[in-house]
Amino acid sequence: MEILGIPLQAFLGQLMLGLVNGSFYAMLSLGLAVIFGLLGIVNFAHGALYMIGAYVAWMSLEYFGLNYWFALVLAPLVVGALGVVIERTLLKRLYKIDPIYGLLLTFGLALIAEGVFRDQFGVSGQQYPVPELLQGATNLGFMVLPNYRAFVVFASLLVCLATWWVIERTRLGSYLRAGTENPALVQAFGVNVPMMVMLTYAAGAGLAALAGVLAAPVIQVTPLMGSNLIIVVFAVVVIGGMGSILGSILTGLVLGIVEGLTKVFYPEASSVVVFVIMAIVLMIRPAGLFGKEA
Amino acid sequence: MNLKKIPTACALAAAALFTAATPVQAQISGDVIKIGIITDMAGVYGDIDGMGGVEAIRMAIADMGGAINGKKVEVLYAEHQNKADVAAAKAREWFDTQGLDMLIGGTNSGTALAMAKVASEKKKPFLVVGAASSALTNDQCSPYTVHWAYDTVALAKGTGSAVVKAGGKTWYFLTADYAFGAALQADVSTVVKAAGGTVVGSVKHPLSASDFSSFLLQAQASKAQILGMANAGGDTINTIKAANEFGITKTMKLAGLLVFINDIHSLGLKTTQGMYLTDSWYWNQSAETRAWGRRFFEKFKRMPSSVQAGDYSAALQYLKAVKATNSDDADKVLEQMRKTPINDVFAKGGFIRADGRMVHDMYLMQVKAPEQSNEPWDYYNVVETLKGEAAWTTKADTKCPLWK
Repeated sequence: MEILGIPLQAFLGQLMLGLVNGSFYAMLSLGLAVIFGLLGIVNFAHGALYMIGAYVAWMSLEYFGLNYWFALVLAPLVVGALGVVIERTLLKRLYKIDPIYGLLLTFGLALIAEGVFRDQFGVSGQQYPVPELLQGATNLGFMVLPNYRAFVVFASLLVCLATWWVIERTRLGSYLRAGTENPALVQAFGVNVPMMVMLTYAAGAGLAALAGVLAAPVIQVTPLMGSNLIIVVFAVVVIGGMGSILGSILTGLVLGIVEGLTKVFYPEASSVVVFVIMAIVLMIRPAGLFGKEA
Repeated sequence: MNLKKIPTACALAAAALFTAATPVQAQISGDVIKIGIITDMAGVYGDIDGMGGVEAIRMAIADMGGAINGKKVEVLYAEHQNKADVAAAKAREWFDTQGLDMLIGGTNSGTALAMAKVASEKKKPFLVVGAASSALTNDQCSPYTVHWAYDTVALAKGTGSAVVKAGGKTWYFLTADYAFGAALQADVSTVVKAAGGTVVGSVKHPLSASDFSSFLLQAQASKAQILGMANAGGDTINTIKAANEFGITKTMKLAGLLVFINDIHSLGLKTTQGMYLTDSWYWNQSAETRAWGRRFFEKFKRMPSSVQAGDYSAALQYLKAVKATNSDDADKVLEQMRKTPINDVFAKGGFIRADGRMVHDMYLMQVKAPEQSNEPWDYYNVVETLKGEAAWTTKADTKCPLWK
């Protein structure tokens, strides 16, 4: 049996790989969406935070012998703390002025972080091994899927759903959402809004770091790993609708699959297909597929 | 960045005009010899050349005493971001306003082909070290382009024929989607077919792709024996990594068509052992190369790649020719370089052919197993030496009008 000229098996295999990449997009765009939704900041440092997360994993293994599972917890905490510092010292000064300043500041931070790591480690990068428990591959019949990649899909879906649940279904989440609508009023009810905003940025940064740790065994840990990915992730957020949590998760997964299939049918276009979709979506629905029209 | 201010540039321009008007007098324009290098500093190829390449050029200048016949030697460097337009614009700026005497072309063939056009228009020597495309000395050859270290034909003749000889008859290519990838795939295909092999398919991937698994699955579905990786740097690294993860290496053999020592260092010997590759130079070949390699290591904390050694050699030979002619006039210096055999740490008995190819030996290497490696960066066994002309484009194949 064939679909669009390629064997069904190969087709299913490519769908699966698209899903793996899509889950990275989903996790990263989720963090961006949360930060944009609550802070109104377009966080261009997101790719750098993702890269730092991967490096924290690599360094904790290399220098302290801490394995992957520790890194999964440690890296989000370290990068989250870094997020707190960035928010308290820099971002909080920008909330009342034009969003372009936030964008420029975070872009600058990303360049600095990349530069520092490049100077320290070079661009060829470091090798991070797949954790022992997840080594090997499973034959799914239509393809041989490395166990680790299956774990990535599972873990990122779990994290995405948990984040969505916290924001949309809990009391804390309702404070967060109310805080974005009208911070003054929420503050008047006795909620510490600045603290909430700070923790939100830290959580977004932590999500990026977690994605970085998940990616470390799959791709080479390099200072450029963030900037190679972040532009696509921004496109994902724009397509899904800035600030929409569920939108960015779904869009991330779907675009991962679309990109994967493009790699089969017209590989040369695989790096631009996401942007073509973005342009079309912006023309038809400027607020994004899941965004609310202003 | 080592750029001078506008008044200096005006002074240089005036000086250049002055010397042009009085050809019998002092032959070194602007009283300074300027060597420029435009390469990838921060991108995927940054480790292969980058600041290490600049350091190697500085070593060549130091070995010539920092000055030629009393005229100071300076080095300018810039990043081209792997963009041909950026590279060409910077080269033009340096030739027009900085009084640049010689340009060294770094990694990335797209940028090198663009800069070659500028150098040829400005009639200045352009020594290409980092870029691979054989077009530089073939259909796009120029009297001002010298291709120094290696090219896609040599890589093809080295790795391509060795792999076919070892039984790898059917090939599938994974190719970086720009000038270099296309040239490498074409050159290897020719060698494979001539040796009795077949090419069953290929897939193009964008430069610095983030994930290679999809391309690899397509390659595996082709049932070819050999996966020819017509890419370089970070892309090759991530291809090899994913190929191991997906078990591609169980059904296909990987042939790295352009692999540098930095890639091996980054991936580790466990992942890369047994792989064949072709390179123009290896630091651990002889007492002389080892001494130079260690000298570089002391300054840069990494062993030099073949490209960085090539940067050194190109700068050194250029400066020797300037010294011999006491001139920085492009035609005189190039004429001197063409008639002088090249003997330095990079090449022995090398010479520059009419098409601009610097002909020297190339080496087919095999990556050592971890237990064979005696020290960090001790990664290769030299399996075969491709002597002199054997490695390069032949007179029968060339389309270069300068070599007919």
